[in-house]
Amino acid sequence: MKVVIMGCGRVGAWLARQLDADGYSVTVLDTDPYSFRRLNFPRHLPDYKGTALIGNGIDQEALKRAGIEEADVFFALTQGDNRNVMAAQIAKHIFNVPRVICRIYDPLRQELYSTLGLEAISPTTEFAQTLKERLES
Amino acid sequence: MYIIVVGGGRVGYYLTRALLNEGHEVLVVEQNPAICEAVNDELGSICYRGDGCEVASLEEIGTARADMLIAVTGDDEDNLVSCQVAKHKFNVPRTIARIRNPKNESLFKKLGIDVTISSTNIILEHIEEEVPTHPITHLFEIRDKGLEIVEVKIPPGSTTIGKTVKEISLPQGSVLSLIIRKARKPIVPTGSTVIEAEDQIIALIDPESEEALRTTLRGE
Repeated sequence: MKVVIMGCGRVGAWLARQLDADGYSVTVLDTDPYSFRRLNFPRHLPDYKGTALIGNGIDQEALKRAGIEEADVFFALTQGDNRNVMAAQIAKHIFNVPRVICRIYDPLRQELYSTLGLEAISPTTEFAQTLKERLES
Repeated sequence: MYIIVVGGGRVGYYLTRALLNEGHEVLVVEQNPAICEAVNDELGSICYRGDGCEVASLEEIGTARADMLIAVTGDDEDNLVSCQVAKHKFNVPRTIARIRNPKNESLFKKLGIDVTISSTNIILEHIEEEVPTHPITHLFEIRDKGLEIVEVKIPPGSTTIGKTVKEISLPQGSVLSLIIRKARKPIVPTGSTVIEAEDQIIALIDPESEEALRTTLRGE
């Protein structure tokens, strides 16, 4: 199964390493090559053997280079909500990727794009919910 | 009309000034406090400090009653989201987005943005016109019909010189509409019109066949 991940931040890198270790074919895309250091540190996580590419995920050419046309899953995990939303829509509507998941910090925007058919997750509400459950348990 | 302009940079500022002069009710949404203050100083209190992509700020400024939202920030993704939020959350009838990367034009259309303005393409076209040896100039695009009006100059030495229009095999869907010749009246070409060197030909084409038309007419 082929996975393309946009954004090699803490979440993106962690996910890339885990999926790679589980046998997925993973490509990570980030505009900043310095971010790829997260694929090797910390050492106690499995070593990353997938592909890391410099490129902007809202650029269709960069997505093609990352193999979006053959991808089964696309994750949009940069810091920018709008960048994630745009990349996710490109993956879904231009390249017809079967499964597209994107992070949207802003709960209101997350709600809107969910109704528009994007699989969008808001870490803000998820984390607040976790905290609430901790308090109540 | 009540018009919301997202982005108070140079484009946003001059656009707002023009819209105000036409008598519209205009509100600018800008995140940067310094830019916001500058706009307010110059144009009166019409700049709201906030994120024009956020449902909350757009709610605050009454986007639901806006007739139009124009997103002119420097980032395509911000302009896209701003227009989508306006369209899908607040049912704004007309959304216009500025685009910097021309490749995004078809994507924005597909995602429901009513009008897209590619600043890069506009600048490019104007510069192209000023380059004397430029083989083909885009004059006008009829988007919903998939047609384009272009100008082609026939260079000296082109193999089409001396041929009649009928003899040239034009790409399908192309129509030669007008020939402009030095010091003579423009002519509407017929099948028997002979092509001369330095002719400026105005043609109606399918944007796909641009390359084919260029090679045929210039005899390259």
